[in-house]
Amino acid sequence: MPLLEIDNLSVSVVHDAIETPLVRGISYEVSTGEILALVGESGSGKSVSSLAIMGLLASALRVKHGSIKFEGHDLLVQSDEQMRQIRGRDISMVFQEPMTSLNPVRNIGSQIMESIEENLGLTRKQAKTRAIDLLKEVGVADAERRLKQYPHHFSGGMRQRVMIAIALAADPKLIIADEPTTALDVTIQAQILDLMSRICREHGTAMILITHNLGIVARYAQRVNVMYGGRIVEAGRARDLYAAPRHPYTEGLLQSVPRLDQDRSIPLRPIQGSPADPFAEISGCRFHPRCPYAEPICRSKAPEFEGGLACHFPLSQSAKEAV
Amino acid sequence: MIAYIIRRLIGAVLVMLAVATLVFFMIRLVPGDPIAAMLADSGSPEAREALIRRLGLDQPLLVQFWRWFTGVLQGDFGASLYGSNQPVADILMTALPKTLSLALLSFIIAIAIAVPAGIVSATRKNSAADVGVSLFAFLGLSMPDFWLAILLIIIFAANLQWLPAIGYAPMSEGFWEWLQHLILPAIAIGTGFSAIIARMIRSSMLEVLQADYMRTAASKGLTHRVMLLRHALPNAMIPVITVVGIAFALLISGAVVVENVFSIKGLGRVLIQGIQNRDYPVVQGAVLLVSAFFVLSNLIVDLLYVVIDPRIRYS
Repeated sequence: MPLLEIDNLSVSVVHDAIETPLVRGISYEVSTGEILALVGESGSGKSVSSLAIMGLLASALRVKHGSIKFEGHDLLVQSDEQMRQIRGRDISMVFQEPMTSLNPVRNIGSQIMESIEENLGLTRKQAKTRAIDLLKEVGVADAERRLKQYPHHFSGGMRQRVMIAIALAADPKLIIADEPTTALDVTIQAQILDLMSRICREHGTAMILITHNLGIVARYAQRVNVMYGGRIVEAGRARDLYAAPRHPYTEGLLQSVPRLDQDRSIPLRPIQGSPADPFAEISGCRFHPRCPYAEPICRSKAPEFEGGLACHFPLSQSAKEAV
Repeated sequence: MIAYIIRRLIGAVLVMLAVATLVFFMIRLVPGDPIAAMLADSGSPEAREALIRRLGLDQPLLVQFWRWFTGVLQGDFGASLYGSNQPVADILMTALPKTLSLALLSFIIAIAIAVPAGIVSATRKNSAADVGVSLFAFLGLSMPDFWLAILLIIIFAANLQWLPAIGYAPMSEGFWEWLQHLILPAIAIGTGFSAIIARMIRSSMLEVLQADYMRTAASKGLTHRVMLLRHALPNAMIPVITVVGIAFALLISGAVVVENVFSIKGLGRVLIQGIQNRDYPVVQGAVLLVSAFFVLSNLIVDLLYVVIDPRIRYS
């Protein structure tokens, strides 16, 4: 049994009784200890679908159908109290904005310790010892002194380390990392991702790594789901996807970032146009207005997601035809 | 920090000196004088002359000012021009406990209503409870405190006869005695302030509840209660504290009208009587005291910021 099993999940935003789908029926699994990447541009539904797992969707967002099974239990039918018990204890989250994700008026120690006390039922003293261990583990030096400090004493990278310590507080089975390095300096990004993948390895924790940067994925994730316009358009092993993308969007993502394993004379090619607007009516495949290989059928009929791909003309095929 | 407090205290003294100077000259700009108030039309010119000389009002204004000012610096606020020429300091010290009691109780009532009301209306935005709080705030703000005071007297003192309508009992006569006399005026004053503060807490809370760190708190699996009280409220109170501090000083001066309705001989009554009689030393002393409360509560607010918001440090 997979740790997490999402089946045909759809999430809509409701405004003035008008429903606009943001996530349009996605299905995927995460196994114990596995790192799965969700990749896509902003508005692709990757963050919304993961907030749905946590039961932390904003009030205007509703799960329309589907199921989210965690260890066999559907999270969508759990009571608020049951979900609260699961949050922090079984599933925790690292957010995108370390600068604003910590409470500015409470010290770091109390913000780590409250999760330990709540979820593990330890005493204050035990929680403190564990908080110090956690800070050391995430690479915060002089942990005992830093417990008493406030978020504004920490740099962005250090704050993200604290956020990781909080996420680890109760040794959860799954960590959802929502663009954990997007707001950080490039030099810090690799450090944080190295840290997170090492922690997952050592604790046997599974992780959903949400990112818009396909480039960082290959090194850390075993499998990748590429999302576009609220759907998964391509899924597969990170290595395969990187070596031979089958969906034009995946190819576009890869061509728009520099790669060290390729000839530097190949120019970067950005994907034309802007990400699919969830509020715009787009017929057929939602990527077709930006797709260089689009055919008439792409405009009229949305491709089914089959064999890890949702495309009428998988790339190797259409590339051959183009030649 | 200590250096900051000392600097602020020096600043406070300078403000008070300026207030003293201003109030001395302003009260004398008010038409009429104590002689007219004392003798009305009955006094003969000779009697007027004698009285003026006895009170020292024949001296040049600057000399009068210098005498009073140097007295104040030595802790001597002069004496009332009336009756047994009671020292101003004594008059103020008799009135102050009453006004302070009233202000403190009004303040407690205002906060006790405002904090829960503000939290409930923010967390259940647009619910019946929120509408109820808004309605209460609207009423509380539009009702003049003296009118509410009269209403309370009619209901609780005259009709139900649960509480005394007028007067004051010091704490030494027992806590219940003291509370009985103060509860109605305190409600009359506190309601309006609670309305203002409740609205402020509501809007401040609504903003804080959207903050990223609230989502982090939720992701830890904290209970709703802990999230609200430990994470949202301290942040939401930062802007509110400013208003609460000024409100406390306003309560002291705001008690003026309500004290009259309830015949409590507090600072407000002293001030009003002093102005009506042109009892210069009394007015000067009372205004100085009230302004001291303003300066002090502002200082306390600034120091509270340090306690509530670790990002703020004074040096």
